[in-house]
Amino acid sequence: MNNGLPRTLFEKVWDAHVVVQDAGAPAVLYVDTHLVHEVTSPQAFATLRERGLPVRRPDRTFATMDHAIPTRNVDITLWPSDAATQVRTLRENCEDFGVTLFDIDGPVQGIVHVVGPEMGITQPGTTIVCGDSHTSTHGAFGALAFGIGTSEVGHVLATQCLLQDRPKTFAINVDGELGRGVSAKDVILAIIAQNGAAGGRGHVFEYRGSAIRKMSMANRMTICNMSIEGGARAGMIAPDETTFDYLRGRPYAPQGEEWDRAVAYWRTLRSDDGARFDRELTLDANALQPMVTYGTNPGQGMAITGRVPTVDDLDDPAERRSLLGALEYMGLRQGQPMAGLPVDIVFIGSCTNSRVEDLREAAAIVRGKHVADDVWAIVVPGSKAVKAQAEAEGLDRIFSEAGFEWRGAGCSMCLAMNDDKAGAGKYVASTSNRNFQGRQGPGARSLLMSPIMAAAAAVNGRVVDVREML
Amino acid sequence: MQSFTQLTATAVPLRAENVDTDQIIPARFLTAVTKDGMGEGCFAAWRFGADGALDPDFVLNKECHEGAEILIAGRNFGSGSSREHAVWALTDYGFRTVISPGFADIFHNNSLKNGLLIVTLPEETVQMLLDLVEEQPDTRITVDLEAQRVSLPDGQQVSFPIDPYRKLCLLQGVDDLGYLLSKSADIAAFEAAMQPA
Ligand code: SF4
Repeated sequence: MNNGLPRTLFEKVWDAHVVVQDAGAPAVLYVDTHLVHEVTSPQAFATLRERGLPVRRPDRTFATMDHAIPTRNVDITLWPSDAATQVRTLRENCEDFGVTLFDIDGPVQGIVHVVGPEMGITQPGTTIVCGDSHTSTHGAFGALAFGIGTSEVGHVLATQCLLQDRPKTFAINVDGELGRGVSAKDVILAIIAQNGAAGGRGHVFEYRGSAIRKMSMANRMTICNMSIEGGARAGMIAPDETTFDYLRGRPYAPQGEEWDRAVAYWRTLRSDDGARFDRELTLDANALQPMVTYGTNPGQGMAITGRVPTVDDLDDPAERRSLLGALEYMGLRQGQPMAGLPVDIVFIGSCTNSRVEDLREAAAIVRGKHVADDVWAIVVPGSKAVKAQAEAEGLDRIFSEAGFEWRGAGCSMCLAMNDDKAGAGKYVASTSNRNFQGRQGPGARSLLMSPIMAAAAAVNGRVVDVREML
Repeated sequence: MQSFTQLTATAVPLRAENVDTDQIIPARFLTAVTKDGMGEGCFAAWRFGADGALDPDFVLNKECHEGAEILIAGRNFGSGSSREHAVWALTDYGFRTVISPGFADIFHNNSLKNGLLIVTLPEETVQMLLDLVEEQPDTRITVDLEAQRVSLPDGQQVSFPIDPYRKLCLLQGVDDLGYLLSKSADIAAFEAAMQPA
């Protein structure tokens, strides 16, 4: 496979994990790390039981609970019975099959894509899968990480492998300097607005360029997280000193001599000069503004200084239909500005933006201010570790004093599986990743934005350009 | 997995782009630990009004489309969440084929593992089919996997692409697990050669 030609980062990781490929069949791809959560795994473990199969590599399988669990009350007996059943089922499955579980009773639990990196489980050059589309988050470390369905969860549990067609490569170059008040979230929303919600289909993104290199791991994770919203299977960023500094000393990271060996290998994980990508897109970081979505797919986003498009802006009849349908659902008009739109709910959380860095930035905006009247605002840390760190820094007090609810770790209103739901017709300023119809509750209207934009919306009671507050 | 060879059935025209898996099955239906009964949640937000009653205007609820086994929809069908529940919901509801100008990657993979044939046709063809089925809901469409062909009663035919390996799996009703298990020796050899992580 390595015939001496320059290769992309993706190609290096892919090539290193092909176990075998029969003519006319997809590749058998080895999975280094399998992450599991309560919602998409029960039917997969059931398949193993039916067929009398063990988990092939319990040592490479890690589970936690995040999607269905309440973020308010940890007494399982008070939970809705179906969420409690999923949690009990996961406990039972992990126990029976020997899988490490970061349980809600312990100190590590959280959103699977927050926990993996902070435990040092997520490492450069590895293949990582999970029954969750935002597995793309882990690509921020130079891993090839993607979401799979429950059948595939079963395949990985049983064989540590997947049958995969090789995706194509797509370079996304972001050069320049982000302006004040412009966040990683704005970069990825701008990429998706430009390239479309299906623009990455069949491809793996590689984010490159000076703006990406300067970013913290938290920001890189925000970007890679939403690769799936751009239609791509995965997004990757070449590992560098920022990556190694983040990982050093984490519980599952290599130690001592092994660490040195690992870093030496990780340094080779970059696209070679002259490596060819199937597609490319370039974005000028200097020109980016804070973004907000107006529609019902993540590609329907715009700069806060702009206006909602009109059908005259669009050539394609399907795009026009899609715009009109979205605006009807959202209760918005063609050509209206988004700045000034009143919001009912503010949700700061989700695997996109619930790390301590996100919470720090949001807290800096709300410090000494108060959530506007009639706005319900909640902050949901991505993991127990994030929560503990934030509390050690006093961020919880800043939020609470400003009138936010300070919650336990989980997915919460990102997908509204628990009781954190937005009501029909309510506008939600949300740091999550999906503005689909009903995603945050039946009839709810999601406005995706960065943590500081959401914080600014909370204290103003309407969508504002956060730069006015800086 | 159920095999798929040929199907002749009526279709439902769902004139919408970017139908995401949250629409196909909302998250509140994901709390089950089995695959059973997922059809109940299929397009729940669109099938039912806020009061929980069936919305007679939503296309799936129209009497003329009762018993349809083919769903025709706009581009980028199945985007969003990886939830295989979306495929289970569609099959449990009674669909065996979805026709669209394009499918999201994970949905594509999931459907093929559950005997749901997804047929990618050019945008114009899909629009033509939507028009046709809206006008004549009793149109019976034939989907032939072996021949990779969709045929209409008036004799019109259009072929569709499918990966040869996936085609074989669907025709025979076998999923990937058996194939992967047959590679155990290769996998063991690969593991033995791996650098200690
Ligand atoms: S936070 Fe939201 S997007 Fe992330 S894993 Fe949870 S439900 Fe999925």
